[in-house]
Formats: sequence, C-alpha cells, structure tokens
Amino acid sequence: MRPPETESRPGTRLRRAPPRVKLLAALVLVAATTLLPRRLGPAYLVPAAVLGGLWLASRMPLLYALRRLLVAQTFILGIALLSLFSPSARPGFPAAVSKSNLCILALLVLGWTTPFPELLQALRRLRLPSVMLTTLALMYRYLPVLAEEARRMQRARASRTFSRNRRLAWQNLGAILGGLFVRTADRAERIYLAMCARGWK
Amino acid sequence: MHLPDGFLDAKTALLSTAAAAAGVGLALRQARTTLEPRQMPMLGLAAAFVFAAQMLNFPVGGGTSGHLLGGVLTAILLGPAAAVLVMTCVLIVQCLVFNDGGLLALGANVFNMAIVNVCGGYFVFRLLKRLARMENRRATVFAAAFAGWFGTVLASMTCAGQLALSDQSPWSVAFPAMVLAHILIGVGEGLATGLITMAVLRARPQLLAGTGGSAGALGAGFLGYGLLVALGLVVFVAPFASPWPDGLETAAKALGFAGQATPPLIKGPVSDYRLPFISSMAAATAVAGVIGALLAFIGAYGLARFLAPGLDAAKKDAPSGN
Repeated sequence: MRPPETESRPGTRLRRAPPRVKLLAALVLVAATTLLPRRLGPAYLVPAAVLGGLWLASRMPLLYALRRLLVAQTFILGIALLSLFSPSARPGFPAAVSKSNLCILALLVLGWTTPFPELLQALRRLRLPSVMLTTLALMYRYLPVLAEEARRMQRARASRTFSRNRRLAWQNLGAILGGLFVRTADRAERIYLAMCARGWK
Repeated sequence: MHLPDGFLDAKTALLSTAAAAAGVGLALRQARTTLEPRQMPMLGLAAAFVFAAQMLNFPVGGGTSGHLLGGVLTAILLGPAAAVLVMTCVLIVQCLVFNDGGLLALGANVFNMAIVNVCGGYFVFRLLKRLARMENRRATVFAAAFAGWFGTVLASMTCAGQLALSDQSPWSVAFPAMVLAHILIGVGEGLATGLITMAVLRARPQLLAGTGGSAGALGAGFLGYGLLVALGLVVFVAPFASPWPDGLETAAKALGFAGQATPPLIKGPVSDYRLPFISSMAAATAVAGVIGALLAFIGAYGLARFLAPGLDAAKKDAPSGN
C-alpha cells in the first residue's frame, strides 16, 4: 500500500488544473452520481460519459485503474450483498454497485492527476484547520518510513522465530506494534526538535 | 466498515457529516487548549503509525487474516481528542489516496470510526479501568482489550443504522449482518489492542501516563463526545430497534394492508419476513451481542490476569506512571 508516485505522470492539462477546482469537481461528480435514482437507467450514462472523457483526458493507464477498481469490489460487494436479502431493496443492487464504481472512478482520476501535496494545498485554501493540515502532511511524509520500519521489525522477528504457533504470532505482532509505537513517539520527539530548529512555531 | 460512495442517500450523508463535523470541531477545540506544541508532530506520526499497523496482518485461521483498526488503541495511547483527529486524518488519506471509503460517505465513515468507535471505546476503557479490582497495569490491559471489542461493535451498529436509514438494506438484514460480523472482528481488535497496550506498557509506561491516570480527561469535552455518540445511536439505531422486526412492516400488518404489497415476481429462496429466521435475526443479534460482550469481558480479563507476564516485574524497577 504505497502511495502512488505522481511525479512521473504525463503533464496533461488536467494535471496542471488548479487542485481546488479538481477536488470540488470530484465532490460534485460524486454527489450527483449518488443522487441518481435507485434503478439503473439512461441517467447513469451522464456521469459515466463525463468520467470517460476525464479518463481519456487524464491519460490514466487502464491497468492502473482496473487494479484499483478490482480491490474496491470486495468492499462494495460486501455491503451491496446486504440489499439482496430483501425483495424491496433488491432492484437497488445493480444501481448501488454502478454508483459506487463511478464514484471510485472519479476519485481515481482525481488521485491520478493530483499529487497529495497539491490536494493539501487545495484543502488549505478550503480552510481546513491547520492542525489537520500539519497532521495530514506529516502522515503522508512518514507513512512509507513507518511502513518500512514495521516490515523490517517483522522480518527481523520472522528470521528468529521458527514456529507457526498462532498464539506466538499474535504476541509477537503485538510486541512489534507496541515497539513500533514507542519508536514512533521517539521519532515524533526528534521531528519536533528538528522543526523547532528550523523556526517552526 | 468503510462505506463506499453510492450507498447512503443524501439525508443520511448530510446527517452523519454534520455529526462528524461537530465531533471533529469539538476535538479541534480541545486539542488547541490541551495539546502542547511538542505533541503536534505526534498526531501526524500516530496517523502514519495507525496506517502502518493496518498493513501487518494478524493470522486468524483457515488461511484468513485480519488487521488492526486502531481507533480505540489511539485513544488509549493519546487521549480521545487527539485520537479523533488522528483517525479522521487516516480516513481522509484512505479516501483520497487509496480509494478506501467514499468521498461523500467520508462524513459517515468519520462519524462511525473516528467518533463513535474512538469515544465509545475510550469511555468504556476509562470506566472499566476505574472499576477493575486489579493491579494498575493489568487493569489497563483488561480495559483496553474489552474497549477494543466494544468500540468496534458500537461503530458497526451506527454503520448498519446508516445503511438502513438510507433504505439501502432493511434493518432486519443490515443490523445482524454488520453487527454479527463485527462481534467476531471485534475479538481480534480487542486482542490486538490489549496486546499492543501491554507491549507499550512494558517498554515505555510513561507514554501511557497522560491518559491512564487522573480524572482530568473526563471533563466537559468528554461530555460533548458522550452526547454526540448517544445522539448518533438515537438517530441511526433507535428508530429501528424498538419494534423488533420492522416498524413499517408492523404498521402495515396492523392496518391490514400487508397482503396488498405487490408480490415479488421471482419467489427467491430469501424473501424476508417469510423466513422466520430473518425477521428474528435482529433479536437474535441482540442476544448474540450480550453473549459476545460477556465472552469478550471474560477473555479480556483472562488476558490481563493470566497472559500478561512481566507486567508486575516491570513495576519494580519503574514506578507506575499512573
């Protein structure tokens, strides 16, 4: 679950559009799709056509989108299946699944054309409180660092544990994550000092 | 429990977004007054920690595995206000970067997982920790393990309520399916929460000192969260919970036009209300919830009492932070 690399993507016009506009457009598109009637109909072609056009304009690779859509299907179907168990809600099943997929496609195009730092800029312009902005920025920056640290700790543990005992596995994972939290707290302390040294208030 | 877009209708999405905004606003105000500047980077790092922790899989058995959700754990480690902000940021990144959970459903997801889960779980944590007649650290592990289970189940209840309120699936289906699944998922969450709390207590007990001890944290801010969680349960769960099978159905039967509903074209094997087991599922789920709570309680107690070696030994060389 690495954040997608955005630097090497083609510089299309969508890529250069203001991030705030793209974020709001995605929100409008998602809201409009969600408000569609509960039965599949020709109205569904409108957001589909808009998204298709945006997809082409963004030059998002087919495989990139399909892989992410496929991952999302488990969550969508899991919840959509609940509507199959009652005759009154059953016609909503294909509609809900299509709506969900269209909305995910909107978010995929947004993510493909807008690197996360630009999204943060957009959120700043939309007046998200600064505590949240700092948290989001630090989180995004340190996500790969901590993920790598967690994997390293797990690898070290695995190379010393020759057992498939499930109880041991749980205890070990608990210890690893507890250790990771302690390291995270230490790292936060160091980051705070480094930020102060660079004039952060 | 991440709701994708397309399942909630406008009124439910707006209602839950308003509730989520109120909770996050409350947490922001509390964070501004109580958090020191020194703790600011910790919020971002904790969010990254939750994310990294979700990548490691706990073996469940039968080839399946599950991962930590982390809301209650964060609340225990950092306090409820910080945890609400941390989990909100985790959900925002999951939505925008990883397409996990919808954009319009973000409010509902924040409400369920960053507010109901965090605050409900933390409240139970504080309550149990005070009531438990155990040595302080064992009491913390016990309370953490049970709170992890409780928060997960509570959040699944409001999630089911939101699905039912937007007519996506009837309460008699959504409630048992969501809650029964999370009674099981919660066992893993509780166990992981307890084990990680135990590991932190062993390695660095002073990290928990801020949230484990004095009654200060249970102040006015906490009243606000309690009110918000209660409000969520009243809006999303209570309307369905009172007449067990289905309010509308009962009314239809009472007025005598139940039979006039158009018969389904295909008589599927699962047309509900004809199968007694589906309509009684909600009641059965409530019973299962009570039994699950009892078992989780006993399990958490056993974990803290018998499976937490070394906690007392650690006490000797480092005075308890609480």
